[in-house]
Amino acid sequence: MGNSRRRLQELTFNVGLTALSLLLALVIGAVLFLIAGANPIKAYGVMFTAPLEDIFGITEIFVRAAPLLLVALGISISFRSGILNIGGEGQILVGAIFGLCIALYAPPMHWSIMMPLIFAASFAGGALWGGIAGWMKAYLNVNEILSTVMLNYVAIQIYSYLIRGPMMDKQEIVYGTGASQTARIAREYWLAKLIPGARMHSGMIIAVVLAVIVFFFLWKTIYGYRMRAVGAEIRASRYAGVNTRWYLLLAMLLAGGFAGLAGAVEVLGVHHRGLESISAGYGFSGIVVALFGGLHPLGAIPASIIFGLLIVGADMMQRAVHVPAYIILAIQGLIILAIVSSNVFITKKGMRAKMVKFLGKATGRK
Amino acid sequence: MLGEIIIGIISAAVPLSITFVLVGLGEMFNQRAGVYNLGAEGIMMVGAFIGFYVEYTMQSGPGSSTLGMLAAIGVGAFMGGIMALVCVTFKAEQGIAGIALYMLGWGVAGMLFRVYIGGTTTIVGLQAVNVPLLADIPVLGPIFFSQNAMVYVTLFLVPLAWYMLNKTVWGLKAKAVGTAPMAADTMGVKVDRTRIQCVVLAGAMAGLAGAYLSICQTHMYADNITAGRGFIAVALVYFGKWKPSGVLFGALLFSLAHSFQRSIQVYGIDFPYEVAVVFPYLLVIVVLAFSGRSNIMAPAALGKPYYRELRD
Repeated sequence: MGNSRRRLQELTFNVGLTALSLLLALVIGAVLFLIAGANPIKAYGVMFTAPLEDIFGITEIFVRAAPLLLVALGISISFRSGILNIGGEGQILVGAIFGLCIALYAPPMHWSIMMPLIFAASFAGGALWGGIAGWMKAYLNVNEILSTVMLNYVAIQIYSYLIRGPMMDKQEIVYGTGASQTARIAREYWLAKLIPGARMHSGMIIAVVLAVIVFFFLWKTIYGYRMRAVGAEIRASRYAGVNTRWYLLLAMLLAGGFAGLAGAVEVLGVHHRGLESISAGYGFSGIVVALFGGLHPLGAIPASIIFGLLIVGADMMQRAVHVPAYIILAIQGLIILAIVSSNVFITKKGMRAKMVKFLGKATGRK
Repeated sequence: MLGEIIIGIISAAVPLSITFVLVGLGEMFNQRAGVYNLGAEGIMMVGAFIGFYVEYTMQSGPGSSTLGMLAAIGVGAFMGGIMALVCVTFKAEQGIAGIALYMLGWGVAGMLFRVYIGGTTTIVGLQAVNVPLLADIPVLGPIFFSQNAMVYVTLFLVPLAWYMLNKTVWGLKAKAVGTAPMAADTMGVKVDRTRIQCVVLAGAMAGLAGAYLSICQTHMYADNITAGRGFIAVALVYFGKWKPSGVLFGALLFSLAHSFQRSIQVYGIDFPYEVAVVFPYLLVIVVLAFSGRSNIMAPAALGKPYYRELRD
């Protein structure tokens, strides 16, 4: 009976439980499909298999997974530090604005200088927006969920004001089309396309590299350790001499920064300009990805791919069985509810023992 | 002229505040019992749609508004039940569960709207009525006696909520399980059962608040009709220090500011549209910043699940 064997058992239990919650959420989601007047089996069939049928579907999954992973990394950092950051949506937009300002208005430079600058600007923008909530949490004791929600609404208005007003493409005015979008970014600053003809870009590679860095940061550095300590037991950390306020702020700066990077990836990789629907709800889906990945940077990688599939599949499902893709938002909500409900069996040993006992009875084994 | 403007602002603020009072009172109950429900926004969206849909299918016939609101109460209570199951029975992290419920409600309402309605349609809804004689009283008449019926119902709910919370056995139990659940348990109060009742009640109130928006306030349904009002109401509960009168006061003050900002546009003082839209959210952020210290007034066990069998 080695320790490793018990750890393996635990891991199997956790992964199995998460898979079970996903299944349960999908079963309840099936009821929603019935309400919408569609055949749930057919709908799920399209959702999970259609994107995998050709190379374009598969590449599109990674287009969606890149921003999801970046947001999820930030969410993982903040949740681990005990901050429930749901301001991803606003942080993505502010990150996009900052990145666009550099990309559109800075003097032309070689891409090897320009692109890091754009990413840095987007990181700073997101960090600023997250930092406001972090600062209010750390120094004014303001509930971060409420402040981040409000900041989302503010960011959406600022963003749409800018792309309809000062940052709007001059040509839209000249031609009188008046679409609310910025000018196009110069081609040399675009993220490289990985496969000719598809939208898949190098953003996913950047995101995966960052995921590994975040893993090392959280688990192999003193700063990451302290952040997790603050999240686990803030009073004990303060007693141990950790400057908890600073680490709360830092967590939100990083969380916002990563969401900001997602904004940059969408701008440089997909849209190549700022337009109205730049974030397809990634701020919220990123929370689902982070939770599904066990709030672990490396777990977020497969989770982001699964939810990338789900989002691409939802679009295809909408065309095939005519159920609005809105349903995917509801299903994501159900998935979170199922995951957090099952979590108690993972974290509380007593509840877990009960569950194991119940499972034993249910399957007729000891 | 100035007097008219002021009366106009106040009499517009009163109906605006009703949504916040309805959600806020419900949210106050579940927070007093130790659970905080950030899914109120999602429940409101579904309530707003269901209320609208019932009246729409009955072609605004007699009693359809009432039936619509009752349906919204029912669906709100159901969603409150989901929240209670997840947070009280399964002891899930309440903040995350609330956000999940928000996404669920948002998705369901958005989907149903597209499947069953599609475009912008208006309903008759519940219109404002002038109370005979009383409406003619200067100043007080337009402010208090020419509103829709739900305004009066809601204003009556505020003292009722105070009475329930402070003068009934149930209310005292609710406060006990939110302050010292273990002590309450020792005294024989069923902690989880009381909490579930509070969360379901709050869900019903949030559903009604949503229906108020679609039936009484806008007479239509649109995507994102709630526009963060559920979250704002949660902030108002903090601001109102978990008291019914505080919730009412906060809601009136907030609506007054909102209505003031709207009317200075109407009266020709011009400032950018975006500033006007952002204003309520900035106001909430400022309010939160100043009421952060009032967290010491919060129910002691707020956000903490109660494990009866486990001590760890």
